[in-house]
Amino acid sequence: MKSCLVVDDSRVIRMVARKIMEELEFDVVEAEDGQAAIDCCNQVMPDAVLLDWHMPVMDGLEFLYALRQLPGGEKPKVVFCTTKNDLEHIQEAIKAGADEYIMKPFDSEIIQSKFSQVGLL
Amino acid sequence: MIKAEDFELLCGIVKSRSGLTLSPDKAYLLENRLMAVARKWGMNDIDGLAATVRGGPNEELLREITEAMTTNETLFFRDQTPFEQLEKVVLPRLLESRRERRHIRIWSAACSSGQEPYSIAMILKGMGSILDNWRIDIHATDISRAMLDKARAGLYTQFEVQRGLPIAMLMKYFQQAGDKWEIDPAIRSMVEFDEFNLLNDPTSKGQFDIVFCRNVLIYLDPPTKTRVLENVSKLMPEDGVLYMGGAETVMGVTEKFQPVNEHRGMYCCVRGGGGGQGMAPANYASNI
Repeated sequence: MKSCLVVDDSRVIRMVARKIMEELEFDVVEAEDGQAAIDCCNQVMPDAVLLDWHMPVMDGLEFLYALRQLPGGEKPKVVFCTTKNDLEHIQEAIKAGADEYIMKPFDSEIIQSKFSQVGLL
Repeated sequence: MIKAEDFELLCGIVKSRSGLTLSPDKAYLLENRLMAVARKWGMNDIDGLAATVRGGPNEELLREITEAMTTNETLFFRDQTPFEQLEKVVLPRLLESRRERRHIRIWSAACSSGQEPYSIAMILKGMGSILDNWRIDIHATDISRAMLDKARAGLYTQFEVQRGLPIAMLMKYFQQAGDKWEIDPAIRSMVEFDEFNLLNDPTSKGQFDIVFCRNVLIYLDPPTKTRVLENVSKLMPEDGVLYMGGAETVMGVTEKFQPVNEHRGMYCCVRGGGGGQGMAPANYASNI
């Protein structure tokens, strides 16, 4: 079973995302900010990360830079999932090493479409 | 609840004008969709709408009733595989066989709001200089004027650009326009849109090397499916390629096409007494 780390400071978003990812047969781990997500990755590197941008402690972009420096950190497919829905932010995220980008609000169909594009479905 | 005679009348109109077949269990759907048309024409209910229809010919009203019953569900790069095949198998082969003429024609039949022909256009754009000095026509048609207006505008919601469209394509071929996303004029100008009813004879459209006719035949009854596919086959050369939807088949519908082995949704033309003389299915299979 593939694993997905869901990183979002909103408990509600994490719950919705978990439900969708579990329906797509992913094993889900949650983190409430970028630092907590790095701690998770240091223990077990996930196959995918669904990543919010704006979070306390460490934001999504900082997490992404840090992740890509970790041993094996190039491996996870990172899909941003954020309310930052303009071209400049999208370009910044892709340049930083994100594989896909979801603009909130999202639904299960969009998540499925994006995870299929990065080759995880 | 819609009266049986009204259901029969309205279904008959939709069927004769578009081929769309509605079974009695779709009465709720008909009622739902046609209430909007009734209100627009100043009527309170389906009774009123049916009475107006019975009152005398009104082309505009009949057109709106028919359009309201069409299904316009679509997305960019729907099912992915046909577009990968187009780029990696079908177009390279046609570029070889048409190298003298340097002209390829593609038809997106029942294109809805334009996602399919624009996906084809993005694939072509991505092939770059290999297509220099080639003329590639993308002809996109639909029965619905409202859908064609939307397609021509090339403006999509945030929801629409996230269904099927990879983010790299969004970055490359779209600009933000308020809360919508507008397709690059260079892509838009590659597609020619035209109103066309698949029940009509398409002969005047000329020949097409590739035809996308996906997820539309499922709504038609068997004789109409046969008629549409046989009309399409007349427009295609021996080595032409037809794409149909994942849930559609030619089996029991027509012998003018046969599925291409291992390429789901892809069909080649069959001439004469069967056994495709053009591009044999095996030729396509060997390219993968």
